[in-house]
Amino acid sequence: MSATTADQARARARSKSGSLRRQHQWALWGSYSALTAFVIMFLTPPFYMLMTSLKTSAEISAEKGNPWIVQSPTINNFVELITSPSFQRYFFNSAWVTTLVVIISMSIAILAAFSLSRMGFKGSQAIATGVFLTYLVPPSLLFIPLFQIVGWLNLLDNTWVLVLLFPTLAVPFCTWIMIGYFGSIPRELDEAALIDGASYMQILFQIFIPVALPGIIAATIFAFTVGWGAFLYPLAFLYKGEQLVLTVGIVSELIRGDVFAWGKIMAACVIGALPPILIYTFLMDYYIAGLTAGATKG
Amino acid sequence: MADGSGVAIGSGQPVAAPRRVGSLRKLGRRRSVTAIILCLPLIAIIFGLKLWPTLYGIYLSMLNRKMTEFIGLDNFTFLLGRNTFQMVLFQSCLFAVSAVIFKAVLGFILAHLMHNIRGKYERVWRGLLLVPWVIPLSLSTLSWWWLLDPSYSAFNWTLEWLGFQKISFLGEAWNARFVVILVNTWFGAPFFMIMYLAALKSVPDQLYEAASIDGANAWQKLIYVTLPMMRNIIAITMLYSLIVTFADFDIVRILTNGGPQDTTHLFATYAFTIGIQSGNIPRGAAVSLFMLPILATFAFFILRGVNRRTKEIN
Repeated sequence: MSATTADQARARARSKSGSLRRQHQWALWGSYSALTAFVIMFLTPPFYMLMTSLKTSAEISAEKGNPWIVQSPTINNFVELITSPSFQRYFFNSAWVTTLVVIISMSIAILAAFSLSRMGFKGSQAIATGVFLTYLVPPSLLFIPLFQIVGWLNLLDNTWVLVLLFPTLAVPFCTWIMIGYFGSIPRELDEAALIDGASYMQILFQIFIPVALPGIIAATIFAFTVGWGAFLYPLAFLYKGEQLVLTVGIVSELIRGDVFAWGKIMAACVIGALPPILIYTFLMDYYIAGLTAGATKG
Repeated sequence: MADGSGVAIGSGQPVAAPRRVGSLRKLGRRRSVTAIILCLPLIAIIFGLKLWPTLYGIYLSMLNRKMTEFIGLDNFTFLLGRNTFQMVLFQSCLFAVSAVIFKAVLGFILAHLMHNIRGKYERVWRGLLLVPWVIPLSLSTLSWWWLLDPSYSAFNWTLEWLGFQKISFLGEAWNARFVVILVNTWFGAPFFMIMYLAALKSVPDQLYEAASIDGANAWQKLIYVTLPMMRNIIAITMLYSLIVTFADFDIVRILTNGGPQDTTHLFATYAFTIGIQSGNIPRGAAVSLFMLPILATFAFFILRGVNRRTKEIN
């Protein structure tokens, strides 16, 4: 009698745990299918970009058949772009501008973050707040007064203007990330180094930079993203072909008049999107960790 | 984070011997001089390329077209009286508010889905969902343009194939308004997903276990555990995104350039048209300055949130 009730109870428990597991399985499959739907939606434009870049002009202008799939794939668009001197010029300009912007922004941000997070002085709190408040004045608010200022400096239509201006977009956020990382380094570490007679510069270069390397990678990726992808400043301040960078070059040079060489434009976009995609593929985890360092604390 | 000198290295302990106080003070002074020197490039950038242009922009906006005469607030009153500018004001608010709400909701859903599947393929899913955010916005907007092209767009081909009418996506005011919001949502939702996913992961499992023991269902857990724990990060992310979205330029500039009939212009694109293309620099400056009070309001709330959070941590 008692054995049967125990059996029944066990059976009931088993069936209940089974239904729970089944419920869990269903939730999991639901999540996977919803995520698949989102991925398809999110990847539609890049997919179409890639497909169009592989089409011939004839296929695009024929306007027949399924536009989502390329009928006679060709790499001609890419070959034409890579061998075109003006496109090489844009790519090269973007590359050196981005490199310089990353180096300048990171140097400024690391020095300032070290000073603000460890060497506090009168007014350091005000500067930290000021760094944040620079978000109040986005590029779209500044480009008109800057247009005048850049004119005085004789830098209109000169790629170097971007080396001057892009750090203003990257530095505040990079400093913010670095302050967070430096702040998480235990104070005992640098106190010990200080007692051993290390100078502040030694502490920065031999302790802080190696320890905060993940943060430095995160901030570097951010600076790279800004330098490579920003659109408004180059559009407002650069005009001539040989001074343009990739983003503006594609928009303004390849779209001439009413003729849209869509195959070529999309191929150029694929080439322009490739460096950021490569970087994120390998270093995404660092970037996300840096971005969300503050979020997880709150 | 960056506190006053009280917590800096080597200071803080009161020292009894007077002679050592003197040398320590000298050391302290040397420290703060070094500290200021290290901050100088940052200060130079903030003052020279952010603060000064802003103030100069305010001055510029009070000049006449040829920049020869001071005309006070005439540019602002003129703009407020113009029908086109009222539309810009309306569209900017509609664009920013609805895009941020869509991004937050979509990001929240995605973060939950990602949190549900916790597994070894999480990185792959996350990577795929991040693609919109990784491609430079001006380039991906070009591909949206081509998707929505009036003559031979892939979307319209699909609509016809499914037996629907063709839609003029960029040719009609409300369609175009919806499309620019859609593209902004597509671009920004992954950022929200990352932030919310990190916040979700930081909620201790014990809270959910305790809620389960108390008999809470999934919905109650969401309302009474997840949302209160994420409140801060939800607010900060949304306010930050409001600032960025308000100041958006790339999407509208490339996709519609303000058209049809100036119905999709935002502050930034309208300022570009007036200030750079038509050459009326003072009035263009006035257009973009309308953003300042709006952004200042958002920033005030963010700063309050950040400060509160910093206090909670310390």
